[in-house]
Amino acid sequence: MTRQPASEKPIMLEIKDLHAKAGGKDILKGLDLTIRAGEVHAIMGPNGSGKSTLAHVLAGRSGFEVTGGQVLYQGRDLLEMAPEERAREGVFLAFQYPVEIPGVSNLYLLKSGLNAVRKHRGESELDAMEFLTLARERMKLVAMDESFLHRAVNEGFSGGEKKRNEIFQMAVLDPKLAVLDETDSGLDIDALRVVAEGINALRSARRAMLVITHYQRLLDYIVPDTVHVLSGGRIVLSGGKELAQELESRGYSWVETAPAR
Amino acid sequence: MNALMSGAPEQVAPWVASFDRLEKGRPPDWLSSIRRGALARFAETGFPTTREEAWRFTNVAPIGRVKFSPAEAPAAAAAREEWLPWLDDVVFRALDSEAAAGWIVFLDGHFAPALSRIAPDSPVRIASLARAIAEDRDNVEPFLTDPDDAASPRTPFADLNTAFLQDGAFVSLPQRAVCEKPVHIVYVATGVAPDRVVSPRTVIRAAAGSQARIVETYVGRPARYFTNAVTRVALDEGAVLDHCRLQREALEAFHVASTHVVMKRGSAYTSHALALGGGLARSDVSILMDGEGADCTLNGLYVVSGDQHVDHHTVVEHARPHGTSRQLYKGVLDGRARGVFDGLVVVRPGAQKTDSRQENRNLILSESALVDTKPTLKINADDVKCSHAATTGQMDETSLFYLRSRAIDPATARRIMIHAFISDVLRRVKVPALREGLDALLFGTGGGEAPALAPEAPGGRP
Repeated sequence: MTRQPASEKPIMLEIKDLHAKAGGKDILKGLDLTIRAGEVHAIMGPNGSGKSTLAHVLAGRSGFEVTGGQVLYQGRDLLEMAPEERAREGVFLAFQYPVEIPGVSNLYLLKSGLNAVRKHRGESELDAMEFLTLARERMKLVAMDESFLHRAVNEGFSGGEKKRNEIFQMAVLDPKLAVLDETDSGLDIDALRVVAEGINALRSARRAMLVITHYQRLLDYIVPDTVHVLSGGRIVLSGGKELAQELESRGYSWVETAPAR
Repeated sequence: MNALMSGAPEQVAPWVASFDRLEKGRPPDWLSSIRRGALARFAETGFPTTREEAWRFTNVAPIGRVKFSPAEAPAAAAAREEWLPWLDDVVFRALDSEAAAGWIVFLDGHFAPALSRIAPDSPVRIASLARAIAEDRDNVEPFLTDPDDAASPRTPFADLNTAFLQDGAFVSLPQRAVCEKPVHIVYVATGVAPDRVVSPRTVIRAAAGSQARIVETYVGRPARYFTNAVTRVALDEGAVLDHCRLQREALEAFHVASTHVVMKRGSAYTSHALALGGGLARSDVSILMDGEGADCTLNGLYVVSGDQHVDHHTVVEHARPHGTSRQLYKGVLDGRARGVFDGLVVVRPGAQKTDSRQENRNLILSESALVDTKPTLKINADDVKCSHAATTGQMDETSLFYLRSRAIDPATARRIMIHAFISDVLRRVKVPALREGLDALLFGTGGGEAPALAPEAPGGRP
């Protein structure tokens, strides 16, 4: 695959000097990050470095207060948008802890979500049959059984099934920017492979991905264009995919003490 | 009469005066004596107060303060054309000769033959109670006197209903009759004149081995009125009854209703108490399981907002062995609405192998809504399985955010969550028109934050 020069690809996400609080505590302290269409960026970092706060701020969850800086999504102020507006504009968060919603079927959730997105784009809404056809096709990406469609959202799902369900939702909603928050946590190697294959199948020149992870293992399967190290609420180090391996063998302590470079 | 009065006299006196006027209608002597007895008991007790345990959370003083008078039969001018479209709408177009075995409609408590339809070939007998009183005293009388059993404590409201008893529905299933299509009983408050009281009595007799579905509906146009209803059900051996009670009274109205069911050996009774309307609504359901292996399921759903107050009391009395009872009442409360659930399961000595579950779940949508819930067990046998549970909670913010992150707007997300909360109770409603109608009413294309609650009046609410 020949790469386009970075400068020609449109910027999908631009984070400038982002400061944010969670639970009254300063967590993000001047984070900068630029992701272009087609790129996969990984953010690694120790526990408490602000990885999940970043994911939640990008998705618009309440309880996280942005105290400074800017987030531009396709040139627009992302922080001004309501969570559902972000989703309709193409931002997707794969949750670290997918939520169980008893009584709501997976099918109903996704059909409502997809039709909200389609309506927003000025496209016609899908009827039940059209949606089912699409869903069946996308389920194959994560080797999910059709019975999952009719079950309540994540209810009684195993850890691996929940994560597969997140990637399946991403496949249906077809976002432009996907933020994957520790999608690898709690997965055994087989489940990890399935999830990673699903994610890889969704890599495209139109889509940017931000893969948040604590471990390098996921990045063996989803090879990122760039790896960033988040520590103390800032990106302290960025590099190529080799950086992930270095972090795995040396741990995080050396970057935490190193000056930003 | 005045000599009998020891209940708050200023509250009782107008009822006594109304009674004397009603007696001029010359009811049969036996009925008159039943009514007089009931009035005497009411005059003695008056309305209950919050000092009584059964009324601790529901203050009925506002009912006592109004000088209600019995509703007259609406003028003949209340023609089909005027009532039918509105009625059709509030009962979810259930009155359809294809889908229903028949229906009997009452306007302000008076039988409206022009609005009713009783199929001649129906396996079930449907008649106005007034007619049954005139023609079939032997079968009717036991349902007009007090049920003499422990499951049904006498209440002043039931006495008042008996005292003012004029009409209602009489549904009788012969042995082994199977009526698959639902029978509808509809009580309409016309709101034509203010401060009217209606005292309907519904009698359902299911002979051995019979099966039916019956839907009792209470609806009203916007006005202050008082529905004081009593329903009496008797299930003989092996009878199966699915019984819906849909309450869509006007928001200004008072609704007090008690349903008493006596079950014989191997019978099965399912009730669905669906309360959406009324300003102050109280429903008592008491079940006497007086035969081995009886099976009773009580489902309840209340969806209220504004200043509505809705109170559900249930008593399930296991008197014989091998009985099963299941209760699931769910409530959704918004605004300043108040909900009460008080459920009592009694296992009498000797009612071994009783299997009983009782659950009350509440979803509170606002800061000011409130629920008092009190499930209670009284077990006097040692080989039984009984459980109860009650919860009251708010909408889960994490779930709401999850839905919004999947592009769903907050209002829809809330509706989805409310729907999910009550869907199990709703799904159990077996009459399709009712189940689908409720679904559309509560979660249809209204678009508002809170689900629609009471019936929209023609020409809008006052």
